[in-house]
Amino acid sequence: METVPKVLPKNKYVVSRRVDAFFSDIYHIWIFILRFFKEVFSSPFEFKEVVNQCYHIGLKSLSLVSLTGLVTGIVFTNQSRPSLEVFGASSWLPSLVAIALIRALAPLVTALIVAVAGKVGSNIGAELGSMRVTEQIDAMEVSATNPFKFLVATRVLATTIMVPVLVMYTGLVGMMGSFLNVHQNEETSFPAFFKSAFASITFLDIYASVIKAICFGFTIGIASCYQGYNAQKGTQGVGRAANLAVVLSMYFIFIEEITIVQIFNNIRTLLL
Amino acid sequence: MIEEERNIDQENPVITIRDLYKSFGDLVVLDGINLDVFKGENVAVLGKSGTGKSVLIKIIAGLLKPDSGLVEVLGQKVDKLGLRELQQLRLKLGFSFQNSALYDSMTIWENLEFPLVRNKRNLTAKEVKNAIESVLDDVGLPQTINQMPSELSGGQKKRIGIARTLILQPEIMLYDEPTSGLDPATSIEINNLIKQVQLQYNTSSIIITHDLTCAKATADRVAVLLNGKFYITGSFEEVFNSTEPNIKTFYDYNFITN
Repeated sequence: METVPKVLPKNKYVVSRRVDAFFSDIYHIWIFILRFFKEVFSSPFEFKEVVNQCYHIGLKSLSLVSLTGLVTGIVFTNQSRPSLEVFGASSWLPSLVAIALIRALAPLVTALIVAVAGKVGSNIGAELGSMRVTEQIDAMEVSATNPFKFLVATRVLATTIMVPVLVMYTGLVGMMGSFLNVHQNEETSFPAFFKSAFASITFLDIYASVIKAICFGFTIGIASCYQGYNAQKGTQGVGRAANLAVVLSMYFIFIEEITIVQIFNNIRTLLL
Repeated sequence: MIEEERNIDQENPVITIRDLYKSFGDLVVLDGINLDVFKGENVAVLGKSGTGKSVLIKIIAGLLKPDSGLVEVLGQKVDKLGLRELQQLRLKLGFSFQNSALYDSMTIWENLEFPLVRNKRNLTAKEVKNAIESVLDDVGLPQTINQMPSELSGGQKKRIGIARTLILQPEIMLYDEPTSGLDPATSIEINNLIKQVQLQYNTSSIIITHDLTCAKATADRVAVLLNGKFYITGSFEEVFNSTEPNIKTFYDYNFITN
């Protein structure tokens, strides 16, 4: 299969080179997504490779996720305390931290810092980019195997499965970090802290967080695989693919964050 | 040298190319070329770097689409095939890449197992093991089975690349610059391997090269690609003795650079 042409022929632009390239990219990403859905639901299924990718994306990110979640919980609690103390409301800290972590911080921090910028996106972009420029993807094609199914479908599926798991884990570790800080300062017990924290969280909050995480995971997988799979121009192209995988994922995550928050705020308003 | 006992079936072309055009932007790479490759025949395509030799075999393998023209492989029009039909055809095609294109995150065993288990799903573990060991014996590298590609020399990588294609028992082999970047002794080994594959597996082959020694050692017929066209096609001696100025220029260039 031919890779996506990154530069359109000279003097054949509809608007300008950049504008045309932007819309061309959107179109090709759309085709890429459609192909993913076609490949992921057709046999043969690459279960073993999906499990392998889940291991790499999920389990191998645990140490970084743990550290990020713990620090986020501690720092957010510490920074929020003075403002609440002014109103004599420091007992609301567990609720505040729980809402902030579950609704916004855990999905966003996991997706942006850990899954995208830190690790997974750049890794997928560079790996597939390197395979493209060294003709390994072509080699898979000519040996009658489907590289899209083996390389792309498995990775996108793995990120879609593992990012929600990582988000929930980040939320839990963040809450533990917050508890440590609250326990040290206010001497709140473990059951009291979590009773207060979970009293303010609704099922809708958790549901929104999971939906958001699924969207983020899918986006990270698609954006990173798209950039890597269509990498061009040698080693420079590999670096560019890794870089664009992160940048593109971030842009889409911000758009999704705003959109999903708005949707669930409207749902919350309707339910109240 | 390997003894030759084979027949070239001049009536049955396994690859037919007619009026093939391919360009990249304003650059015309293939300018209406025609070629037949017959069953059991090795054809070397000679030409300078950047003349579109690799593009030609990538079109034959369905990796690139032609602008126009007919490309028929084993009676099937390559550019008209859907993905599944193309995959079925590719089972009969072996493609040896210029840089070997071994999967660098896999061991040699896994490199060879990868196409086999995905295309022949009813094989037992013992049959897979036998097939891998047999093909490694054929290319003379049974000791590399648990090594990573990064631990192999250039010549060994080429051999493993050929082994990976042979494991599917192809009818047609496409070699992209099989001897480029190799020392003369290793080049001779690869040339012998190409001839061995032709005899042992009864393959027809296109060998893309700019190495005259490789063409002479491996090809039944030579075609010289210059400026997007085949200037001359014939036996190595016929081509080498040609007085056509463009062909002579190519030979002069080749002798200087080699």
